[in-house]
Parts: sequence; structure tokens; C-alpha cells
Amino acid sequence: MTETTEAVSVKTHRATPSRRGPSPTGDSPRVPGSRGRTLRRATPWLFLAAPLALLITFTYVPVGNMIYYSFTDWDGISPDRNFTGLDNYVQIFTRPELFRVFFVSVYYLAASAVQIVIALYFATVLSFDLRFRNLFKGLLFFPYLINGVAIGFVFLYFFQDGGTLDTVLSWFGQNPGHAWLGDPGSANTSLAGVSVWRYTGLNFVLFLGAIQSIPGELYEAAQLDGATRWQQFRHIIAPSIRPVLSLSVILAISGSLAVFEIPWIMTGGATGTSTFVIQTVKLAFQFNKTGLASAAAVVLLLIILLITWIQRRLVPDEKVDLV
Amino acid sequence: MTTAPQTTTPQTTAMKTAGRSRTAPGPRRVRLRGRIGRTLVYVSLVVASLVVVLPLAVVLLTSLKTSSEATDGGALSLPGNWLNFDNYATAFSDGQMLTAFGNTLFILLFSITGTVLIGSMTAYAIDRFHFRARKLVMALFLVATLVPGVTTQVATFQVVNSFGLFDTRWAPILLYMGTDIVSIYIFLQFIRGIPVSLDEAARLDGANSFTIYRKIIFPLLKPAVATVVIIKGITVYNDFYIPFLYMPSQELGTVSTALFRFKGPFGAHWENISAGAVLVIVPTLIAFLFLQRYIYNGFAQGATK
Repeated sequence: MTETTEAVSVKTHRATPSRRGPSPTGDSPRVPGSRGRTLRRATPWLFLAAPLALLITFTYVPVGNMIYYSFTDWDGISPDRNFTGLDNYVQIFTRPELFRVFFVSVYYLAASAVQIVIALYFATVLSFDLRFRNLFKGLLFFPYLINGVAIGFVFLYFFQDGGTLDTVLSWFGQNPGHAWLGDPGSANTSLAGVSVWRYTGLNFVLFLGAIQSIPGELYEAAQLDGATRWQQFRHIIAPSIRPVLSLSVILAISGSLAVFEIPWIMTGGATGTSTFVIQTVKLAFQFNKTGLASAAAVVLLLIILLITWIQRRLVPDEKVDLV
Repeated sequence: MTTAPQTTTPQTTAMKTAGRSRTAPGPRRVRLRGRIGRTLVYVSLVVASLVVVLPLAVVLLTSLKTSSEATDGGALSLPGNWLNFDNYATAFSDGQMLTAFGNTLFILLFSITGTVLIGSMTAYAIDRFHFRARKLVMALFLVATLVPGVTTQVATFQVVNSFGLFDTRWAPILLYMGTDIVSIYIFLQFIRGIPVSLDEAARLDGANSFTIYRKIIFPLLKPAVATVVIIKGITVYNDFYIPFLYMPSQELGTVSTALFRFKGPFGAHWENISAGAVLVIVPTLIAFLFLQRYIYNGFAQGATK
């Protein structure tokens, strides 16, 4: 990002007239003299030096290295690494035990759908006047703020043999004593349930904020026309929260692929609950297969980028202007 | 939170409908339907609240039980002595929670200060200066938002390791500071709302860019700082992945990793594990009760950026 002085002086000269025109935010008034100009030109970089250094060191260098590692058989420690071409990628897609983790994501995807629907319902309901509105709001949101490890333990106890869930089910005449975390099907469902419990509050608050920014007159007008609650939701609320809704969907999809904490804390990835990230962490830090783990991470990154891209195409973001 | 839809009780709806339209169903039917609907809404809210509270309440109960009560009694049985805080003492001392809270506080302090400074400086530089590489810098930050932190961890680990920062408290601090793009967006959004004429006036009075940033921009960013501090604070306090990966030493435990270690030594001693979990949750609860409004706003702002 260094600029040669000649190039800049030519550029500045040419750029001068247009500078004042299109920029709505305006420019810093010019300081006469070449020392002043150099200083002025350097000023933004003085502010940006630290942020850019961190950004490049902890985001771009790792991404670059990761792509490089993914083509090697490096173990993460030894100085020698051999170039193995696409071998790691072939392994990921052909070894069923490596590929299986993708299916675990399906549980979390389903959970995300449930979570969004629940959040949408409660956000709609609580945006109208109700008794104890703030209390309910707080109760629904609070799980999102709780420490993940604490949540893991809370639910390990909850799902225990003869634990809370079994006790509650026995009140309804159900037969308790099911090992919830014991077999792959119910273990993944249980873990996905925990993620619904944990993350619904975030979606709920996002939706609530969006709904509350709708002007109140719209509802009044709709009511005068005799619109029912459902019609109000369908024609007023749903269209106005579409941007937040699409954001939640994208967060849900990438979140479902990157699940780590809850299954790691609760089952350690046992009984078929291993997710993509758990597997990558195990490959890299327990089995010292840095090359293979990097390839897995590249695959995950590409999937997430692809989903983001598709989402951007389908639902163009109105407020994407960052500059 | 100012434009909440105004009071629309079913009664007023019914009356309005009755008075105005000919096609709507009769007032009594509407009122009855409204009342049933209202009841169902409350039922759903109560059920949801129970689902949230029950698992937490059970853990609180368990944390007050004696060891034999916890193993013999059912999950929902009540503790014999409601003021039995022995488990908390055990969890606090044997679980090294004091060190954990200390480490977390240390990391919180540095990473929040760093994030606020870095975020506001970046936003200031990007919004107030029109330099040639501005678009490129913006693009760099924008593209970085698309890269989820968990995916690059394998390679990030090597970078941190090569700096000799592995297993120090500086590793998480740097990582929290360096990857926080959300805060930059929050600051950008706010800085755009500050009139440029303020900068210009100060500049005419002879202030340089740094003085303007320090004396004019930064003080006006207070609401954004509050948002960033809250979001960052909660994220850092709750984060497990980074301290787990980068600070394996026993004495470098944060609240998350120290609590995670309860799994080993306390084994099936749920009364101790529960006490540990409650110890970790309580500070969050207190912060939430005091800062509710700001927390809601913060998350709504932070996540939509």
C-alpha cells in the first residue's frame, strides 16, 4: 500500500477538481506546502496502521496459509511438508467417515428453521401491548447471553438418565429412562434442541427491533380497514422485516455448518455428534493432520462464501453501502 | 424503542370494527375470538418462559443440595437447606474460579479498550479521509466479514504460535481485537451521523486530525462505544473456543475454560458442577438486569450491520 510520490502528484493534480464534487462527506481543508501535503496524505494511514496490521495478520495471512497447507501433508510441527496436490480434498469427499459430519449439520439446519419460526411468532406477539411484556422479553432473550460452557452443563444435567427431562415427561405419563445423549439420532436432536434454546433469543430481539421500527400509523390504518392480525402480519410486518429475516437465514445456515461449542462440551463429538468444526479441531490438534484439517476448513469456507453469495443474489441487500 | 405499536386491545378493535364496517363479523364474536386468542398468546408465553427457566432453575436447586441429596433425590426435589453454599465454596476454590475471573477480567479490559480504539480509529480514517486506497481498505474489511473465524483457526494457530504468543493471555486479546469487524461497522454508522462541519470548524481553529479525533469525534461516539463495549464484553466473557485453543495452561483458565475443566475432577458431582455454572451465569444476569435496554439495542444494532 505504498504510493510512489510521482504517481501521486500526478493523480492529485488530476483528481483535484472532482474531489470536492461528488464526496458528500467533504474533505479536510487543504494545508498548503508540500510538507503539509505529505503529512495530510499520511494521516489516514497513521490511523489505519494498527487495524490493518491486525486484519492482515489474523485474517488474510491465515486464509492464505490455510490454502497453502491444504495442498500439503504437513503435521503442524515438523519443518518438512510435502506437496500432495489435491489429495486432501479427495480424501474429504471420498472417505465416508470424514464426509459424514455434513449430515450432522442437517439437524442444526432444521433447528434453525424452528428457531426462526418461534422467534418470529414471539416477536410479533410481543410487539403489541401485553401484560408483563418486558418480563417475557427478558426471559426469552436471556439464554443468548449465557456462557456456552454453563449451558452445556445445564443441559447435560437436563438430559441425564432420570434427570429433569425424564422427570417432566413422567408427569405426562411418558416412560422415562431414555438415554437422550446415548444414540446418534436422539443425541443430535437433543443437541440441536439446546441450540434452539440458546439462540432463539437473538433472532427474537432482531425481529422485535425491526417490527418496532414500523410506524404505528400503518397498524391503525389497517385496523380501520378491518384487517385481522394475520393480515397485518402478512402485509405489514413480513415485508418490512425482510432484510433482517434474510440476515437471520444466512446466519442460521453458516452457523449450522460451524457448530462447535455445545456438542464439544456435552458429548465431545461422541455417538455421531461430531460436527465439521469438531472434526477439524480434532484432525489439527489431536491427530496432527494440519494439511487435511486445512483442506476441510477451506471446504467449509467455500461453502459459507457460496451460501452468502447466493443469498446476496436472491435477496439484494438494500443497505450494503459501506462507503 | 420509541415507535412501539400503540395499544390495540381486542376490545377497542372490536368496537372500531363494530362502529365502522358492515362486512366484519358481529362484535360479540370478534370479542370472543379476541379473548381466546389473547389467552392462547399468554399460554404460549408462559410455556416458553418455563422452557427457558426450568433447566436453569434445576441447576440452581442442585447447586444448593448436599452430595447425597443430589445423587439420591430426583432432579426436581428441593434442597434440604436453602442456604447451603458449601458447593459454591468448593467450586470457587477447587475450581480455581478466582484465577479464572481474574484472567477473564484482564482479557476483557485489554480487548475491549483495544477494540474501541481500533474500531473508532478505523471508522474515522475511512469516513473522514478520501485517500486513494480507501476503496481497497474498505474492501479488505468487507471481505474479512465473510470469513468465519472458526474456519481459519488451524492456520491462525500457526501465526499466533510463530509470534510466541501461544499459551499467553495476549493471544486471545490480539485475536479479539483483530477480528472484530462488527464494531468497525457500528462506529462507521455513527461517525456518518456526525456533521463534518464540526471537524472543519475545529480545523480552522488549528486542530490537527488527531486532536479532532480525540476531542470531537471520540466524545460524540459515546453511544456507539457503549454498544461495542456491551457486545464485546458479552462475547469475550462467554467465548470458549479461543481460550480453549490458545491457553491450555491450568493457571490461564478463563471462566469458560475453568468451568469446562470441572468435567474432570468433579466427575458426576453435579452439585459442584451446578454451583460452578451458577457462579458463571450470575455476573451475566446482573449485567443484564442493569443494562437491559442497552443490551437489546446493542444486539439489534450489532447484528444488522
